[in-house]
Amino acid sequence: MGKTLAEKIFDAHLKDEPFPGTKVLSLDRVLCHEITTPVAIADLVWRNKDRVFDRDKIKVVIDHVPPSKDSKTATQAKILREWARRHEIPDFFDVGHNGVCHAIFPEKGYIRPGFTAIMGDSHTCTHGAFGAFAAGVGTTDLEVGILKGVCAFREPTTIRVNLNGELPAGVYAKDVILYVIAQLGVNGATDRVIEFRGPIVEQMSMEARMTLCNMAIEAGGTCGICMPDMTTVDYLWSFIQAEFASKEAALADYRKWVSDADAVYDRVMDIDVSVLEPQVTFGYKPDCVKPVSEMAGTPVDQIYIGTCTNGRIEDLRQAAAVLKGKKVADSVRGIVSPATPKIFSQALEEGIIKVFMDAGFCVTNPTCGACLGMSNGVLAEDEVCAATSNRNFNGRMGKGGMVHLMSPSTAAATAITGVITDARTL
Amino acid sequence: MQKKFGGSAIFLDRSDINTDEIIPAKYLTEVTKEALTPYILEDLTLTGFDPKGDALKNAGVVISRENFGCGSSREHAPWVFEVNDVHTIIAESYARIFRQNMFNCGMLAIELPKEDIDQLIALQQNGKVEIAVDLEGQQIIATAGCEEKSFSFAVSPFDKALVNAGGWVEFADARY
Ligand code: SF4
Repeated sequence: MGKTLAEKIFDAHLKDEPFPGTKVLSLDRVLCHEITTPVAIADLVWRNKDRVFDRDKIKVVIDHVPPSKDSKTATQAKILREWARRHEIPDFFDVGHNGVCHAIFPEKGYIRPGFTAIMGDSHTCTHGAFGAFAAGVGTTDLEVGILKGVCAFREPTTIRVNLNGELPAGVYAKDVILYVIAQLGVNGATDRVIEFRGPIVEQMSMEARMTLCNMAIEAGGTCGICMPDMTTVDYLWSFIQAEFASKEAALADYRKWVSDADAVYDRVMDIDVSVLEPQVTFGYKPDCVKPVSEMAGTPVDQIYIGTCTNGRIEDLRQAAAVLKGKKVADSVRGIVSPATPKIFSQALEEGIIKVFMDAGFCVTNPTCGACLGMSNGVLAEDEVCAATSNRNFNGRMGKGGMVHLMSPSTAAATAITGVITDARTL
Repeated sequence: MQKKFGGSAIFLDRSDINTDEIIPAKYLTEVTKEALTPYILEDLTLTGFDPKGDALKNAGVVISRENFGCGSSREHAPWVFEVNDVHTIIAESYARIFRQNMFNCGMLAIELPKEDIDQLIALQQNGKVEIAVDLEGQQIIATAGCEEKSFSFAVSPFDKALVNAGGWVEFADARY
């Protein structure tokens, strides 16, 4: 009987099985940010166990609220900063070098096929785009990960989602994943890995694959996962070229991290994307999804383009293509947060930042910002935001605020008209 | 050290209660668990539920529906229950990270089928519902007025070991 990729990664990292069904895995990466890590650090200090299992496998960033907005967030940043220095963690990204965790860590080449990674952040599932098992955890799991380099999981089963057909022009990875979540429901993939397969995924860039995997958690999934291929190798090449004689050699090695043809799945879904329209959420749950055409005309107050879902260069390019030469409607304000400094510079070089600024957008530093309603664009009561983020819970971007999730292209079109708009109709 | 389980029940009769509702993001800037205490369930709007009311203050158990604790991975959600002395949650199902966080903190996230949750909710007609938990016997006993009902539940040996150890840090530290 064949194995899924997730099962292969579990086998290769199994450290202990304290009880049947519970697998303790060794970790290749423990990722940290300033919101969930300081409490773990404080607890380790309190327990007199202020140690790290391997400083090279721990990667740290201040991304949720940088630069600090008040004394409390400054204290969180300080705790994280001092801890990273104390343990001489080489890969620590402070203000000026920092970006949204799930964008900056892949960009630095930290995630490789076959890796295990955890982070005190639910969207850690993003890193599965590289053929890794990456799961969001709470602070206690993070704490044990930092101290011991292990994490316990129930072995997840896998849902295979085959994306077939041809993606219509103006329809993007974000539209596909919103549609998939609507099919699965918000807990349709609980304790499961969502494996994205099929020609559509093979044609996608790493950025688009990350957008897919990013939202696996919105269907309850432990991780999203894609099979490593030449696109993966190309993306990682500058980081791995010393390890391999050629790209072909790298690919041959990474192909051990693909599911077997006779692997057993919990469920297989076949989706033909050829008839898919741009999608948007309408309620307070990410599975409340409709085609944009059915929501067209809904007024909004703010546009937010950025986040770990859609703040990458490709996303900014898509939005800029729609915005070029246009202005943001008088009734709305637009905010764009490039996800990392590298993306920001690239967007500057390509003239994308100018397009945004000419259109009347506010360009912020790389940060999570408004996404979780902590800074840079918190909504007032009854305000509505068109966002490229991943969560539309009641109050997510500010108490009493409403969020509609959509692609960067739809968000840009919405900025121009002030009402939810299919970019293809402009 | 094992925590105390059971107590008066409070009912949150809705599915998909998320961690933003349990503890809003703006309080994630707190670096101690205790500082979270007053903000429990602050953003949850549910008919008949008052986050500042006495029922919640006196509760030891929360009873809810499907996919409890979905959304953000913040362990602040179990912590805000912990510092409010709610160490037991009973629901039809949980989001994975929340459930694991509960056991990692040495707390109990009990899963019961919908019919059992329906019965527990119906029990309120007889008055305040008190829950007693027998972890070894994997049973809960619910009493309201002179009505008493018992329900058995499943808990994995690992989760039980975490509860007995007082949490994952203690368990892992002793073993790895
Ligand atoms: S961008 Fe939003 S969803 Fe992504 S890590 Fe930051 S807060 Fe979380």
